[in-house]
Amino acid sequence: MTTATTPTAPIGTRAHQPAGVPVHRPSGRAGFASAVRSEVTKITSVRSTYWSLLVLIVVTVGIGAAAGASAAHSASGPSFDPTQTSLYGLVFGQLIIAVLGVLTVTSEYSTGMVRTSLTSMPRRGTMVAAKAVVLAAVGLGTGLVASFGAFFAGQELMGHHINATLGQPHVLRAVIGGALFLAVSGLLGLGLGLILRHAAAAICAAVGLLFVLFILALELPSSWRVGTWVPLNAGSQIWQTVAPAASTHMLSAWTGFAVFCGYAAIAVIGGLILFRKRDA
Amino acid sequence: MIEIDGLTKRYGGTLAVDDLTFSVEPGKVTGFLGPNGAGKTTTMRMILGLDRPTGGTVTVHGKAFGQLAWPMREVGALLDAKAVHGGRSAYHHLLCLAQTNNLPRRRVSEVLELVGLQDVARKRSKGFSLGMSQRLGIAAALLGDPATLMFDEPVNGLDPDGILWIRNLMKGLAAEGRTVFVSSHLMSEMEHTADRLIVIGRGRLIADCTVTEFIAANSTQKVRVLTPQRDLLAKVAASAGGTVCDDGDGDGALTVQGLAPSRVGDLAFEHGIRLHELAAAHASLEEAFMELTASSVQFRAGVPADAGRQPVYAGKAA
Repeated sequence: MTTATTPTAPIGTRAHQPAGVPVHRPSGRAGFASAVRSEVTKITSVRSTYWSLLVLIVVTVGIGAAAGASAAHSASGPSFDPTQTSLYGLVFGQLIIAVLGVLTVTSEYSTGMVRTSLTSMPRRGTMVAAKAVVLAAVGLGTGLVASFGAFFAGQELMGHHINATLGQPHVLRAVIGGALFLAVSGLLGLGLGLILRHAAAAICAAVGLLFVLFILALELPSSWRVGTWVPLNAGSQIWQTVAPAASTHMLSAWTGFAVFCGYAAIAVIGGLILFRKRDA
Repeated sequence: MIEIDGLTKRYGGTLAVDDLTFSVEPGKVTGFLGPNGAGKTTTMRMILGLDRPTGGTVTVHGKAFGQLAWPMREVGALLDAKAVHGGRSAYHHLLCLAQTNNLPRRRVSEVLELVGLQDVARKRSKGFSLGMSQRLGIAAALLGDPATLMFDEPVNGLDPDGILWIRNLMKGLAAEGRTVFVSSHLMSEMEHTADRLIVIGRGRLIADCTVTEFIAANSTQKVRVLTPQRDLLAKVAASAGGTVCDDGDGDGALTVQGLAPSRVGDLAFEHGIRLHELAAAHASLEEAFMELTASSVQFRAGVPADAGRQPVYAGKAA
């Protein structure tokens, strides 16, 4: 306990005013821009953010390098996609950013901070929008570092006979798309966090949606076309440059990404509706 | 200024707050009293828009909390001192709150100094003691320099130093003309700080009055009498309007309620009753409060459903 300072001076910035204290009310109201500044402070002032983003970059780039090195010896055929190969790490990167998205919400619930936050900013839609924008920006920024890092590391280790360059068709779209994929994965996690409110439950749901569905779909006959709509399959089309064989029934790059965004939008909007309705 | 009208909150089959109506005025400390589980915290949460009322309305400075343009400049609240992300430093915790209401960074430093946390401002709050957490929560409440302040059980778990500090703080805030609304389940705590009392039990209003009124109405005077002529004294005192009973100490003394000690002495003299002891005893406010709320304690077994449902005296403005 620090030393007690018994306030003798007036508490606020004003002098003694016995007949009621007037409230200083600037024009306008506490709004979106202020909420965004607050959320930036929140996400940048806890260590776990830096750790998880660092792990995200290391894992994504590391897997890209490993995949590149391995492809240098084994890659062949017209269906080989050097860009996609170097970006395989995004499959794990998306899980890390989804967990960060989950935690931006559930850590407020587990600590009780959500009630303190809402007494400073009671407009819940504004708060969620600010959280989403900040998380998406963090996901995009980190994603660009991870995606470009993985691409360059992977191509370097693949060797010049098979590797891709940014100037080739679709390559730049795929690499930037990898970052977009991560940003949207984070939003999916945020939405799940809002819906479920508990980290363990929301992380399980994220793993289920992003991984388990993907694995389950592999077990089903491709003629059922379930795999087409699995989030990971739909979302990952944006980071390939060679369209998959028609027999796999995959969506095109942007259509697939739009479907992936749709899942995230359902989670975030569903979460927002519940967040507004529930007692905090 | 907080105005509550017909406020009701139902959780499933349980009425946590049942048709509460009262207002909290500026310039004084208003104590919000009730046993644990009476609905104090739920009421405060509804004032802050955290919980949605099942019925009724609540406004702060004439508006619903969610409609306030700059909520922190109007209302500062400490509901739960531990409602803080432990991984964040005290400074950043306050900063992220201040930013939502466009409050300047220097205000963060000001309130940290005010509550005496300036030396640990950069430390993560998970290492804070309960007393330090309470101070951090109070710093957050003061950030916007608000005209209305609410504290939920602020002295819980504090050492005597901390308790005194909070009492003085609340009195100081009220003296500046602010509305100060503070809950407690301890009558003794309110005796020292509050000017006005709102007492609830089982979610219903039991009393709304000044502390002076509360004392006058509830601290009935008792007189302890020890006499060899017990029966005669009991008869005389009863016929003079007193209520007489055995004081239960096993020493044969009587307790007379409703008569002043001097009156009991005079009666004894007039009837030639020898007295061995005559002593005045005030029922403490704590006792009065216990009595008032006893029938409304939520978790007591075997309490009739309607017990304590009539406000003893309500609505008398100060």
